[in-house]
Amino acid sequence: MSKVLKIDKNVHEGVRELLRSFLENKKVKGVFALKKINENGAVAYSLITNPNMVEAILPFFPFMPANAGKLLSHLTLTGSLKGPIAAVVRPCELRAFVELVKREQGSLENFLFISSSCGGVYSLEKSVNGDLSTDSELWSKYWDGVKNPENQMADVRPTCKACEHFLPYSADMTVLLLGNKAIDTECKISLNTDKGEKFADGAKGEFIEEEIENEALKLFRNKRIEEKKRLFAESQIEKFGMDGLIKTFGRCIGCHGCSNICPICYCNLCTFDSRDYEWEPSTYETEIEKRGGIRVPPNTVFYHIGRLTHVGISCVGCGLCSDVCPADIPLSTIFLKVGESVQKVFDYLPGKDVEEAIPLTTFETEELTEVED
Amino acid sequence: MKGEFTPKIVGFLCNWCSYAGADLAGTSKLKMPPSVSSIRVMCSGRVDPVLVATAFLRGADGVLVAGCHPGDCHYEKGNYYARRRFAILKKVMETLGLESERLRLSWVSASEGPRFQEVITEFTEKIKKLGPNPVKEKTSL
Repeated sequence: MSKVLKIDKNVHEGVRELLRSFLENKKVKGVFALKKINENGAVAYSLITNPNMVEAILPFFPFMPANAGKLLSHLTLTGSLKGPIAAVVRPCELRAFVELVKREQGSLENFLFISSSCGGVYSLEKSVNGDLSTDSELWSKYWDGVKNPENQMADVRPTCKACEHFLPYSADMTVLLLGNKAIDTECKISLNTDKGEKFADGAKGEFIEEEIENEALKLFRNKRIEEKKRLFAESQIEKFGMDGLIKTFGRCIGCHGCSNICPICYCNLCTFDSRDYEWEPSTYETEIEKRGGIRVPPNTVFYHIGRLTHVGISCVGCGLCSDVCPADIPLSTIFLKVGESVQKVFDYLPGKDVEEAIPLTTFETEELTEVED
Repeated sequence: MKGEFTPKIVGFLCNWCSYAGADLAGTSKLKMPPSVSSIRVMCSGRVDPVLVATAFLRGADGVLVAGCHPGDCHYEKGNYYARRRFAILKKVMETLGLESERLRLSWVSASEGPRFQEVITEFTEKIKKLGPNPVKEKTSL
């Protein structure tokens, strides 16, 4: 059983009210959340301090304009923010932030993390062409899917449909969305930590005890696991081989958008953007002699294998790589599949626990003898 | 012999153990197939999986990473990190349906000339059985 704060308003208004009270009572210095930019339904993450601006916050707008983990890392790169900041983020964004903090790219200090049982988001394509706003059909369809596992998410991104980590691991508060049929009239917020309880103290609403892992969530989880199995079976990644990789990555235009948007790819000077892997004319000559021809530019498959080995271990499956790919490469499915298999070797779930070292930064003296010959 | 397939293996050998081991095998005149092009690295822990992937994709029939035995690393723990990195690359390749058996990680100390000979002979035989790396013929990598 968990301690839950119940506010008699719909989830959006309930969370806004809580955030407003935090700002008005000076419990926090700022609020970090998705905020409406214009009437088209465009949203962006914003850091606000003026309580009057809370009105424009859309905490659970089903679109991810950027991985908030990466943004929070930018905010805290050279030190923590002074005042407490209430950050409303999705579970995968929180996990990404934790991975970045482990890589010394940010600080968890002075944050109050408010997350939710996440219903996923729509793709960038669906979201930015104006079809998604709070009075659109996509919007109401989304909330139908959140309430009811049976209608689960017809149109959200494939990665979200296949995500079983929809409950945050280290949030101070979790807004209970999934499977809650009454989200239009009530806002339930589970208080997971002492910090969460402290901040909620004195909030307007009723404090109750409730089981978070209820039947509806189990149903969601089963559906998502099933969907993941289906997605992996359909994508046939294990049967790729070199021919499959060439077919899949052959259409890559080399924009490196996937690495720029990736929360885990934090290097400012990426080795793949450098000249390190540019071929000399003599290399081209050797290669065409060997092969009879070569793609220009080469190294497309190499780039993606390289990225898989560099960030696969920490991939949280936020799906932004697929969102931004102009060539429609199913990157997030490939990263999810390869990432999971690599993570399994070390029994590691990225972003779950900030105390748990990234497997590449630590070792056991006796392990992995199966890879030695 | 003409027409017989001689594998080309890229070997990343650590400066302190495996490179010296290779040297010893050479000066001891131990016989082994001339299949390895060695690249001396300061530590097996310096071998970014991306280097191994480069060798593989550029057409090496096999890639060997060799370093000091666990516990004997000149830098104390470089080879433990190397092992984890290697395991990750191997898993990535496996999951993508690539021939991860063309990669090998072995420990060879500076005094183990015969061990180096054995590793090279064995690995060359294995690659011979696998045949040339089909990646060599691909033009759209």
